[in-house]
Amino acid sequence: MNTQQQSLGARVTLWLHDENVTSRRQAIAQRWFSGLVALLGSPIAVIGLVIVLLLIVVAIFAPLLATHDPYVQDLTRALLPPSSEHWIGTDELGRDAWSRLVYGTRTTLYITALVTVTVAPIGFIIGAVSGYVGGAVDTALMRLTDIFLAFPSLVLALAFAAALGPGIGNAVLAIALTVWPPIARLARAETLTVRSSDYVASAKLQGASLFRILWWHLVPICLPSIVVRLTLNMASVILTAAGLGFLGLGAQPPTAEWGAMAAAGRQYLIDAWWLTTFPGLAILIVSLAFNLLGDGLRDVLDPRNG
Amino acid sequence: MTLATSDSGHGRRALLAKSRKLGTSLAVIFTTLLGLLVITFVIGRMVPADPVLAIVGQEANQAAYDRVYMELGLDRPLWEQFFRYIGDVVQFDFGRSNLTRNLVADDLARVFPATLELATAALIIGTSIGVPLGVVAAVNRNTWIDQVARVVGLLGYSTPIFWLGLVVILIFYAQLGWIPASGRVDLFNEGIVDGPTGFLMLDAVLGGHWEVAGDAFMHLLAPALILGYATTAYISRMTRSFMLEQLTQEFILTAQAKGATRRSVIWKHAFGNMRVQLLTVIALAYCGLLDGTVLIETIFSWPGLGQYLTTALFFADMNAVLGAVLLIGIISISINLLCDIAYRLLDPRTK
Repeated sequence: MNTQQQSLGARVTLWLHDENVTSRRQAIAQRWFSGLVALLGSPIAVIGLVIVLLLIVVAIFAPLLATHDPYVQDLTRALLPPSSEHWIGTDELGRDAWSRLVYGTRTTLYITALVTVTVAPIGFIIGAVSGYVGGAVDTALMRLTDIFLAFPSLVLALAFAAALGPGIGNAVLAIALTVWPPIARLARAETLTVRSSDYVASAKLQGASLFRILWWHLVPICLPSIVVRLTLNMASVILTAAGLGFLGLGAQPPTAEWGAMAAAGRQYLIDAWWLTTFPGLAILIVSLAFNLLGDGLRDVLDPRNG
Repeated sequence: MTLATSDSGHGRRALLAKSRKLGTSLAVIFTTLLGLLVITFVIGRMVPADPVLAIVGQEANQAAYDRVYMELGLDRPLWEQFFRYIGDVVQFDFGRSNLTRNLVADDLARVFPATLELATAALIIGTSIGVPLGVVAAVNRNTWIDQVARVVGLLGYSTPIFWLGLVVILIFYAQLGWIPASGRVDLFNEGIVDGPTGFLMLDAVLGGHWEVAGDAFMHLLAPALILGYATTAYISRMTRSFMLEQLTQEFILTAQAKGATRRSVIWKHAFGNMRVQLLTVIALAYCGLLDGTVLIETIFSWPGLGQYLTTALFFADMNAVLGAVLLIGIISISINLLCDIAYRLLDPRTK
């Protein structure tokens, strides 16, 4: 009778803390909630999370936050130092560096997101199939993983980007080719731990297909460690993308991309320090944020590997 | 009698198992190398630039074009081209660089020592700082020391290395004038030392050219420290987690209970147990440095493999690119393999 008078918020809180779990939905919600509480309890993770959210906000509202059009050139205003008009100066073509930095968040997020959504399912399927099926399939798939793993990632990405030709789509592909092997390894290791467990065996006896077992029984097991790994990976994806951009193999001009912006500033390093300094700082901050978040997530989701 | 036969039977079986294991390892090495070659071959075929045009030039007539086309074997089926490629690589024939006009193999042999020198210097820095830092962080878990080590590590993981290089040049070369910004030595010191090891600084010391050695040291300092910092981050994080794993083991408690000193527990019992794991991490850090040198060499005009690779990329000199990539891949695989073997030999648990 009292529940009717309680506010919605209080009822939700009660529902989330109730020890008599009545539905599957409630169990899942409670797990997410306790995870979130633990995550928010770690200052390092919170800093990371805030910066990542900020990055997304900046990317969404880039047109509002930019003070100038990032693509309009004005050679009479080239290489101006930071001022109230141009907060962090102008580049060699007279474009406003701040506006380009703001629009650069979109490029960074685009690459990171695309690599992640490509790599997660591929890595998971290869790893889980390898671990679950075993035998010759396992040997073949793991050999393939080892070959890709043997290359230092930037060198491999460089070679692929060079072969495919410069461009943002090819950069994504090249980076994705270097990122999936550790995910596959991880998914395989997690799969091996539950492969011979009773619940998987019973699902199999009931005639569940390979796909069904992968989706309903292996994905939930592999998900936490893969999420941690992917978050930490995003930092290295950002660094690799910036490295490719710096070498001219990433996003092509006039697209605003931080690595390419730092590279353009290299020629004017001594006279126009702001051109290189700020894009690099942006890369550092964003990559650090993903590392902090990943580190915090690991403490919450995957305490074994802490 | 029976004892003896069963003994020799056992011995034979063990030998058989051992040789089978060796066979498997050899098969692994072989397939990995083959895979490596497939990757570089595929990359070579994907290139949009026409390799024939790169040799004969735009103005060549059809006859000359066809002749080179045939010479390169491009009229043959793909699998035949692949076997030809393997045959060439086995003989260290990576073709000729369109840029330097030298054999790629000769170019690689020339530039590689510079990269090795830089990577080794960075590894020494990374290990000598990273290992103690990791141990101290683990021993003082969750104190401010641990937090500082964590921040050092995370910053090292997150810093774009090419940018750090540019900032260092901006501050310490352009503003302060403390360090030189390009090459391995100043121009007037070039060519004086041509030593046995290919490590310029070491050769200069061995040959008694102290001025050159000092110059080489100043050139090496900034790039080695930057790469060393990234390596420190990696090694210290790994050392910390290995150490934590050891410190929670029961034998540590036993050692403490038996009255072993703190120092002995940490360094003899815990650290002694993780040496093999650490060796693996240091070796992998060496592999990772090959990545880092690509960007840092470009920034500091360090005449090594990385700069060779990026210059070749810039001029679409695919023979040189693939040769360099293959070399880096082979080095990485070898290091990984040596780690595996060392692990098996040194860690009793894997027996």
